[in-house]
Amino acid sequence: MSTLWLVLAVNSVTFGGLLFLLSAGFSLIFGLMRIPNLTHGSLFMLGAYFGATFVGGMLGIVFNFWIAALIAAVVVAALGAVLERFLLRQLPGQQLAQVLVTLGVSFMAADFCLMVWGGDPISVATPPSLVGFLRAGPAVFPLYRIAVIVIAVVVAIALWLLLDRTRLGAMIRAGVDDPDMARVVGIRVSQLFTIVFALGAGLAAFAGIIGGPILSVYPGLDQDMLPLALVVVILGGTGSLLGSFVGSIIIGFIYNFGQAMFPELAYFVLFLPMLLVLILRPQGLFGRFVP
Amino acid sequence: MNGRTFAMAVGFLALVALPYWIPGIYYLNVASQILFYAIFALGLNILVGYGGLVSLGHAGLFGIAAYATGYLLQSGFGHSFAILSALVLGMASMALYAVLSLRTTGIGFIMITLALGEILWGLAYRWISITNGDNGISLHGRPAPFGFDINSAASFYYTTLVVFLIAVVSVAIFVRSPLGAALMGTRDQPRRMNALGYHVWAIRFWACMFSGLLTSAAGILFVYYTQFISPQTLALTSSAEVLLMVISGGAGTLFGPIVGAALVVIVKNVVSGFIERWNMLLGAIFVAIVILMPEGLVPGTARLWRLAWRKKMSTGAKAEAKP
Repeated sequence: MSTLWLVLAVNSVTFGGLLFLLSAGFSLIFGLMRIPNLTHGSLFMLGAYFGATFVGGMLGIVFNFWIAALIAAVVVAALGAVLERFLLRQLPGQQLAQVLVTLGVSFMAADFCLMVWGGDPISVATPPSLVGFLRAGPAVFPLYRIAVIVIAVVVAIALWLLLDRTRLGAMIRAGVDDPDMARVVGIRVSQLFTIVFALGAGLAAFAGIIGGPILSVYPGLDQDMLPLALVVVILGGTGSLLGSFVGSIIIGFIYNFGQAMFPELAYFVLFLPMLLVLILRPQGLFGRFVP
Repeated sequence: MNGRTFAMAVGFLALVALPYWIPGIYYLNVASQILFYAIFALGLNILVGYGGLVSLGHAGLFGIAAYATGYLLQSGFGHSFAILSALVLGMASMALYAVLSLRTTGIGFIMITLALGEILWGLAYRWISITNGDNGISLHGRPAPFGFDINSAASFYYTTLVVFLIAVVSVAIFVRSPLGAALMGTRDQPRRMNALGYHVWAIRFWACMFSGLLTSAAGILFVYYTQFISPQTLALTSSAEVLLMVISGGAGTLFGPIVGAALVVIVKNVVSGFIERWNMLLGAIFVAIVILMPEGLVPGTARLWRLAWRKKMSTGAKAEAKP
């Protein structure tokens, strides 16, 4: 019995890692631009579809899984930059209009995926080097899930270094804390918008393809992931890397254990931590401002 | 009788006589759809237009009322009990929505209502023992209010029309009432309203409840019309569709959401005959409206009309002044 709990716990951390990759960008975009990017689920799904296509072979070339993941992330990051530059930039300062535009784009992206890849789920093969299992006593863990946890931790550390130790990171933090003052001291905040948007889009796409072997890719994946990112960010607080990390792990546990214990209400149980946070600490566990 | 009253009277007569001049049953059914979606849009407009609170989870409330009706009828309860319970349940859910999401306004409000709507969608989709999952719940037959059979297209149209007219009149009264004025005050100057001694939260809460009532009524009409309810009705797409109705027609106007509902329902019905990709078009229209005509069709056209009128008047005056 305890083995089952252990396996479930590892699965939860894996899922939490995926959620972190998804929601870190969402949280940064939110923190900086003050808008929830409703295309974030679509970017995740686009990344997964692109990755699956590259891994499955395109134009006669079958890509290595990790190269495919990187290419997918770069392509989607470029898409994100275009979206920010050419659509959101048209509506400066109009946050409501910007949110509605991201919503409209997310519908177009969902339909685009349905048109190109069809309605059937696509399963993504686990990279051959990570097919095996890890044994710890009576418990058996798929090697790939452990690898996902490692990747998430590495990305978290890299992001932390970027935000905490570099000039760009300092500018982003300044923009999150006080965009007007950041402008006054000469930081080009609108350029930061594009960079952070592209970074967030790339991370979401990367999460999509990394999650492919676990979740598979199907129409509606965007609508499954977006609320999770929202809940993580409400829980952890907007614009906070630590917040998305802790929030992701919590939601990963609640989601997996909820599904094991009361499968019909798994989605509903997610709602409880959000409810508690909204009542007790509206800015989120580590957030600086109430959205 | 001024122009506005005259136009309203003509519109009213056209709606009442509609089954006699419209070419077929199909179009009559489209008209019924427009009417109950217009009730839904009127309900959302209370929050979006008059309260400045954009909800992206209203399809969840619409769906709760529809599911409650379907489930209770399936469990063998009568129509009046099912309708009443659906209204109560829809309002109770709206109260829960309000308590959670009215802690913030603006973007925070959107985010929380969106998350709540998605949770309701998840419940409809996964709580199979109640909702029958993706297969949905089918209804059999419609009620007969006061012994009046509404199974035919025309009689259902009239039932919907009665509810629609009650909704329009009640919204018009609400907007002119002190509560409506106070709501618009909280939209424009929440801090001043607070300083003047208004209870901003309570005003918004009661606006939410009114919106929830209209939304639930529309949901019940919807489920009686389609005789079927599935999780698709609660999806984010549906919330966005009704928001598009409000915004495209003109948020904060009485007739805007009605025009928007007509526009969206007609485009959806006409277009789905030619292409399958309704969502692509919905998304594109959404982006276009937000960028090009953010004020909506009704105020936008009215502004162009006034501009043209003034130009005509001023050129006329100049022409007279010249000789």
